[in-house]
Amino acid sequence: MEKMPKWADVVLIPLISLLLAAALSALVILGIGEDPIEAVKTMITGALGSTYGWGYTLYYATNFLFTGLAVSVAYHAGLFNIGGEGQAMLGGLGVALICLFIPWPHWSIALIVAAIAAGLFGAAWAAIPAYLQAKRGSHVVITTIMFNFIAFSVLNYMLVNVLKPQGAMDPATARFPEAIHLPSLHEILLPLGINFSKSAPANVSLLVAIAACFVVWLLIWRTWLGHEIRAFGKSESGARYAGMSPLKITMIAMLISGALCGMMAINNVMGEAERLVLNSTEGAGFIGIAVALMGRNHPFGVFLAALLFGFLYQGGAELALWSSIPRELIVVIQALVILFTGALDNMVRMPLEKLFIAVRKEKA
Amino acid sequence: MTAPAIELKGISKAFGPVQANKDISISVQPGTIHGIIGENGAGKSTLMSILYGFYKADRGEIWINGNKTEIPDSQAAIAAGIGMVFQHFKLVENFTVLENVILGAEDGGLLRPSLAKARKALKALAAEYELNVDPDARIDEIGVGMQQRVEILKALYRQADILILDEPTGVLTPSEADQLFRILDRLRSEGKTILLITHKMREIMEYTDTVSVMRRGQMTATVKTKDSSPEELAELMVGRKVLLRVDKVPAQPGAPILEIEGLRVVDDAGVERVKGIDLTVRAGEILGIAGVAGNGQSELMEVLGGMTVGTGSVRLHGNPLPLSGLGADGRSRRAAHIGHVPEDRQSEGLIMDFHAWENVAFGYHRSPEYQKGLLMDNAAVRADTEAKMAKFDVRPPDPWLAAKNFSGGNQQKIVVAREIERNPDLLLIGQPTRGVDIGAIEFIHKQIVALRDQGKAILLVSVELEEILSLSDRVAVMFDGQIMGERPADQTDEKALGLMMAGVAGEAA
Repeated sequence: MEKMPKWADVVLIPLISLLLAAALSALVILGIGEDPIEAVKTMITGALGSTYGWGYTLYYATNFLFTGLAVSVAYHAGLFNIGGEGQAMLGGLGVALICLFIPWPHWSIALIVAAIAAGLFGAAWAAIPAYLQAKRGSHVVITTIMFNFIAFSVLNYMLVNVLKPQGAMDPATARFPEAIHLPSLHEILLPLGINFSKSAPANVSLLVAIAACFVVWLLIWRTWLGHEIRAFGKSESGARYAGMSPLKITMIAMLISGALCGMMAINNVMGEAERLVLNSTEGAGFIGIAVALMGRNHPFGVFLAALLFGFLYQGGAELALWSSIPRELIVVIQALVILFTGALDNMVRMPLEKLFIAVRKEKA
Repeated sequence: MTAPAIELKGISKAFGPVQANKDISISVQPGTIHGIIGENGAGKSTLMSILYGFYKADRGEIWINGNKTEIPDSQAAIAAGIGMVFQHFKLVENFTVLENVILGAEDGGLLRPSLAKARKALKALAAEYELNVDPDARIDEIGVGMQQRVEILKALYRQADILILDEPTGVLTPSEADQLFRILDRLRSEGKTILLITHKMREIMEYTDTVSVMRRGQMTATVKTKDSSPEELAELMVGRKVLLRVDKVPAQPGAPILEIEGLRVVDDAGVERVKGIDLTVRAGEILGIAGVAGNGQSELMEVLGGMTVGTGSVRLHGNPLPLSGLGADGRSRRAAHIGHVPEDRQSEGLIMDFHAWENVAFGYHRSPEYQKGLLMDNAAVRADTEAKMAKFDVRPPDPWLAAKNFSGGNQQKIVVAREIERNPDLLLIGQPTRGVDIGAIEFIHKQIVALRDQGKAILLVSVELEEILSLSDRVAVMFDGQIMGERPADQTDEKALGLMMAGVAGEAA
């Protein structure tokens, strides 16, 4: 018998975790002598009060969608990919090479090729830890996080020594050509009569990310490959009995995961910055872990969680801008949300399970 | 007359709508072995959990040695002199025996005095009950039977007078089981009271003084064992007449289906588990492999099922089967019409978190009839699941229920249905009825015999000698990775096979 109904697991626990995190954040804000209600208002207006705010919220959410999906695909195979940061950096390199050195006639073709390149680069970066895990049993948690550091160094070397335009001081590539500028939400929505903010970075990549949600859902729950990935994630001996190859499944799941992380680059590198800078990923690879945890590794959950974290990012930035709450505290608030929704899941789950069992007993 | 060691009066316990225990009363005299028998899900474990303080009864009283006792938690149970040996041991694998015994019963902050005291106590217990265990051996280095003794020692060290054993022989080999019962016998003669939960009729008949039968949460009868019979108890358990012997006509073996020559398997640790065996299974016969667990039977099944690699020659219908490399996986075996019911359904045969319908596709998930274009045809799988559930009487017949929420017998029915309904030419079946209730055993045995009668070859591995003898047409005995001898099942008995299982060569036995 299940300890509690599914809706409680999927909706109630994240909601309570979120409220707890909010309450604790409110206490912290009170502690430094600020008004928490004002702060929430600032965050909501800043992130959701205008199309400009929405534009940023959705831009961040797009990043988190890619990395969140990536973490959840690996998770279904029982693998914990915390190398999203490095895989996304390499994806950025792939996008930059495609955009800088090939003259594309139209953004749409460039987007398709850049997405493929980003995916390939991200997948390649995940391939080595995956192979080491599958063949040698080196734990992916260790190897993927080490690969984050290597990725950073590779990117640093490439930007400083290879891709930096001559004479430039900044370790960044040149701007991508104007012809491959991705349509922003402003440009997409204008023909529909909606005047979306011109300066917000949300762009067509959001639609790619939403499509990726659907494709991942199909893959995991509607194909035999998804069946194998999930079976392997639950029981390796079971997978072996059923004739599945642990090596192949580990490789495939990690390659898909790496590719999804890499594809984030079409949003932040191609869509927003339109050049490759050193710290382009801004921690999105790590946020993906929290997004996947909170979204219960289901694409729809990941979608909602990505929106929430997008809101937190943009709302937090606005808070830093318009209040005297220091920047560091905003990081604390974001960290609290991650802590409660991700790491402290059991703290909410266990009392809630007891409650459900008690209520059921009352009824009987 | 002395007060009963345990007296339960009107115990009831419900989980939501499920009445796990309903108005249960028993009385157990001190110095006896009292058996509790019932099918899976009859409420035996719930009742014991109430006695050990894991659950609180909704109604009813517990009396220990004539005193009304409240048992809110396991600490209280230990204080009342109740010890429990669980089916799955609760031992710390990298601790020594001694450290495990004192775990949770240390005196003071320093370990050394506790260890010294426990060492002395263990010595005394070993002498008193012939419970010999090396106190300095690490748990992961000793066998299952020894581990179980440590569990018993743990309970005795905590001054238990009442010992509850939950399916104690489920993980034991026959000889280990015999040793266990010698120990229990000794404990009884020293005045300890033992509650034995089991579904094995033989254990009840041979070792218990009194027996209670449970069915669907109720105690249907408590009788003196010697006044009862297996048939009567089985009927009380299941609620209808049960066939304890397998009903089958003599086999009509045809052409050889599976021919094994010089098969060897080396495990991951480099130990040779199967040491060059030769076997033939013909169409229309059941070849049973008897043997004490751990003598290479599991590895034999695994290499034939494509789960591990081996060397030697294995032919199916005369065509060689690859034993390593390409084509040596479970998928290729299934494509070659080999069905495989693995020994461990919980970690191999099923994915416990998967829905029943996903488990019906498991292993055959790439079959064309389950595909629709690039996607899986889940509706087809579910329809197939419903059909199989109906045919194999799986309860509840709900394709959406997770495998872990079925009873052991129904889980096994799902696996057997999946493998048999594919109409395999060769069926590998390991421990077909381990942890399965009596009603389901009868059903599964019937299905195996029916498959044989269709002219299929069946290779059966079981540590239950009774099952081997009643189901097989021929019996081969495995010992230390080798075949000690082969006998027609109707021309041998447990004694002769038992000798070969202990390593005495077939010619001598």
